[in-house]
Amino acid sequence: MSAPAAARSPKAAVRDLDSVVRDVARGRRRRASRRLLVMLTLAVLVVAGFAVTLMFGQTFYPPRDVVNVILGEQVPGASFTVGRLRLPRAVLAVVAGFSFGLAGVTFQTMLRNPLASPDIIGISWGASAAAAIAIVSLSLGGTQVSALAIVSALAVALLIYVLAFRDGVAGTRLILIGIGISAMLESVTSYVLSRAAEWDLQEATRWLTGSLNGVTWEQTLPALAAMAVLTPALLALSRDLSMMQLGEDTASALGVRVERTRVLVIVAAVCLIAFATAAAGPIAFVAFLSGPIAARLLGTGGSLLVPAGLVGALLVLVADFVGQFAFDVRYPVGVITGVLGAPYLVYLIVRTHRAGGAL
Amino acid sequence: MTTSHSLSTEHLTLGYGDRVVVESLDLAVPAGEITVIVGANACGKSTLLRSLSRLLSPRGGRVVLDGREVHRMPAKELARTLGLLPQSPIAPEGITVLDLVGRGRHPHQGLFSRWRHEDDVAVATALEATRTTELADRAVDELSGGQRQRVWIAMALAQQTDLLLLDEPTTFLDASHQVEVLDLLTDLNRDRGTTIVMVLHDLNLAARYADHLIALADGRLHAAGPPAEVLTEDTVRTVFDLESRIIEDPVSGRPLMLPIGRHHVRARSAAARD
Amino acid sequence: MRRPARVRVLWLLVSVLVLAVLMVASVALGSRDVAWSDVWAALGGSDGTLEQAAVTKRIPRTLLAVLIGAALGLSGAVMQGVTRNPLADPGILGVNMGASLAIVSAVAFFGLASPTGYIWVAMAGAAVSAVFVYTIGSLGRGGATPLKLALAGTATSVAFASLVSAVVLPRNDIAGSFKLWQIGGVGGASYERIGQVLPFLAAGIVVSLLSARGLNSLALGDELAAGLGERVAVIRAVAALGAVVLCGAATAVAGPIAFVGLVVPHACRLLVGIDHRWMLPFSALVGAALLTAADVVGRVVARPSDIEVGIVTALIGAPFFIHIVRRQKVREL
Repeated sequence: MSAPAAARSPKAAVRDLDSVVRDVARGRRRRASRRLLVMLTLAVLVVAGFAVTLMFGQTFYPPRDVVNVILGEQVPGASFTVGRLRLPRAVLAVVAGFSFGLAGVTFQTMLRNPLASPDIIGISWGASAAAAIAIVSLSLGGTQVSALAIVSALAVALLIYVLAFRDGVAGTRLILIGIGISAMLESVTSYVLSRAAEWDLQEATRWLTGSLNGVTWEQTLPALAAMAVLTPALLALSRDLSMMQLGEDTASALGVRVERTRVLVIVAAVCLIAFATAAAGPIAFVAFLSGPIAARLLGTGGSLLVPAGLVGALLVLVADFVGQFAFDVRYPVGVITGVLGAPYLVYLIVRTHRAGGAL
Repeated sequence: MTTSHSLSTEHLTLGYGDRVVVESLDLAVPAGEITVIVGANACGKSTLLRSLSRLLSPRGGRVVLDGREVHRMPAKELARTLGLLPQSPIAPEGITVLDLVGRGRHPHQGLFSRWRHEDDVAVATALEATRTTELADRAVDELSGGQRQRVWIAMALAQQTDLLLLDEPTTFLDASHQVEVLDLLTDLNRDRGTTIVMVLHDLNLAARYADHLIALADGRLHAAGPPAEVLTEDTVRTVFDLESRIIEDPVSGRPLMLPIGRHHVRARSAAARD
Repeated sequence: MRRPARVRVLWLLVSVLVLAVLMVASVALGSRDVAWSDVWAALGGSDGTLEQAAVTKRIPRTLLAVLIGAALGLSGAVMQGVTRNPLADPGILGVNMGASLAIVSAVAFFGLASPTGYIWVAMAGAAVSAVFVYTIGSLGRGGATPLKLALAGTATSVAFASLVSAVVLPRNDIAGSFKLWQIGGVGGASYERIGQVLPFLAAGIVVSLLSARGLNSLALGDELAAGLGERVAVIRAVAALGAVVLCGAATAVAGPIAFVGLVVPHACRLLVGIDHRWMLPFSALVGAALLTAADVVGRVVARPSDIEVGIVTALIGAPFFIHIVRRQKVREL
């Protein structure tokens, strides 16, 4: 009697572990499939938004015309309107939105604070101030503007990093110093714009809140190239990045080289921001909002980088369309996305109040 | 599954800014045993633990693991041998227990490598060992203090290291949960031969659970060895600046420290002191 | 950090002297070079020559700079006391942008035109956004930490700035004048405008100065202050009201001017210590001096045009802000 019992019990323990392993695997797969579903949905929505932006406007062009234009055929009317006006604009909407969303969630994850996105802590202002000076005061254009914006955004990021460095960088100090720098850059930008020979409100809002008006391929292509190069780079770092959510000590104990990862991540994200800003201005709140929205859709388990990028692209596409056609006035996209920020902040209050959670 | 590893320090000097916290420390961590570091506040216990796990670079001397200098080893390779649970680890808002424990697999995964069966097994084993399987789908921020600490230990277990360092794993826990966590760590040590090094505040729990006790005073090694040899009235006086009596713990047979304050002391002991 | 009375009185004399010198400089210096004889003539009431006319215009400008600077310095000191937050400042906390939004909306939608109306609306906007930012900033773990307040303030500013653009863009008629106001300045000063804002500033200054003793208690923490028999909520509400009136009225007249409220109280704490009964009046004095100096610098540096005072204070103030952040221990942020 006692012998079989003794023989059974270790076996039971083994079977037990096996069933736990199965549960673990099932839980993981369930999460993975939900993730995939949400990402596919987002991707489909981005494609749909892209298509709608190309077809609709002052004049409607059927999908066939649009496809033909993209394939390079000459379609009377559509070739100009779709090919020269709408296509670069729609591509930049996707590229800038994706870049802001991706870079934004990268910063929020790294600094472990949903409010600490690059537009709030001054990185975008670095690019924006440089672009405004280049265009208004130095009368530069095209690639020179992009180059200056990128150099300046990197310089601002480096400055913030150096100023925040004392026995290692504390996220808190980095954020606050970024806020200080951005206040300074914002006032420089306003000053430069107010001294422009002719006060062009549209041009001013581009560099203060972001706009896609009058976009050409010359502005769109550098941003597209940057996105193509930097997205894989950030994805390669995404696992180390999610370890850093556990705090620097734990991440380090899990084999992450914290300081090196942080520098690489900052450089990649800042470049994304800079290229997008040089083309479209600092489209307000896209970097700030995309990450939290993606987290809401997916939960906090896996990496949010690509979902946040998709959310950003969708936000900019929709906001630009709304800004162009929903009102009597054509609003630049940044005004629409910026206005979205106010209800989001209220939502944060309400949700935290109800759930008693942490910010 | 354990091969015994040797972890030791040689003339280790540590500090922050201008302040030297630990000076020229030589100590060895016995393989396959539970080592507990004790000492007064700010004597360098946590600093030492951070340095053992590569979080803090030494000012002088070195930390040696199996003949190699820890601070020169590739980060992931070290993380497959030596795990650390910091004093107050941070859980991202809303993360589930399963996801958190899964993150312990990081050092075993390559850049884009997929999740493998052995990762699932490691996570399941860690959940079982810490009796947190039932919590797997819960959010970490909803758990009680004791549960949360078990989940963090599960994450460190999923890392499957032969050496585990813990910085005050019992802070913020009530008496029963303190014992629960320490029993769990003892199981690990007995069943798997994991070498455990931890900092503890409570001298009596330290004496109860340690195989090897290290007493630090002002950043220097005061004594090291079995609790019965290390925990003496003299040690308590030097390390904590406290008069005490040491008796035999009727439960475990280990030494038990009774502090002598200025009040509530029976006439007889007061006379004995005089 | 208690200072002997003698040191305080000494600093008081020094500050008054510095302010007087700066006021003279503000009248004498500007984008146009003016001889001293013309300055004296203009002060005597004559405005016959171009130079004398320029000087005559600088007098109200100087007075306004002094008033606005005093209001902002005092307002910042009170806000830092009320929130016990070393980074509190009407600009950082987004209060300026709240006032901007309120004014723009009132002008665009309700045809607001009366100068007194501007002030009331700006104060209402400042009050609403102060409460809004403070609520967001105190959400979650740890209450209203400096970090969260600063982030909440910045994020709110961005949102409000977009709303302002949304209101202004379709209205070319108000866009131009709004643009100038938005950057912040005392260039358009006149005795009439000073007269309009003076009652508000006077009321705000009195309320703020009267709350000095209460703020001293608050500095010990809410529990301890309550334990000392203070009515914490009342002190906080009254003092905050004073601060909001001051910065709302200042913003209505001179546009959003950031960092004066941040920098000045910190400097004053170094000079006279942490006792609010000394610190508050000092903040007003030093704030007046700082804004006057910034206005003079803005006029002299970019001759023949001038840089608005709001931009000069941001360029001086931001590095100071960073300095404060670097000095604090991380845990306190």
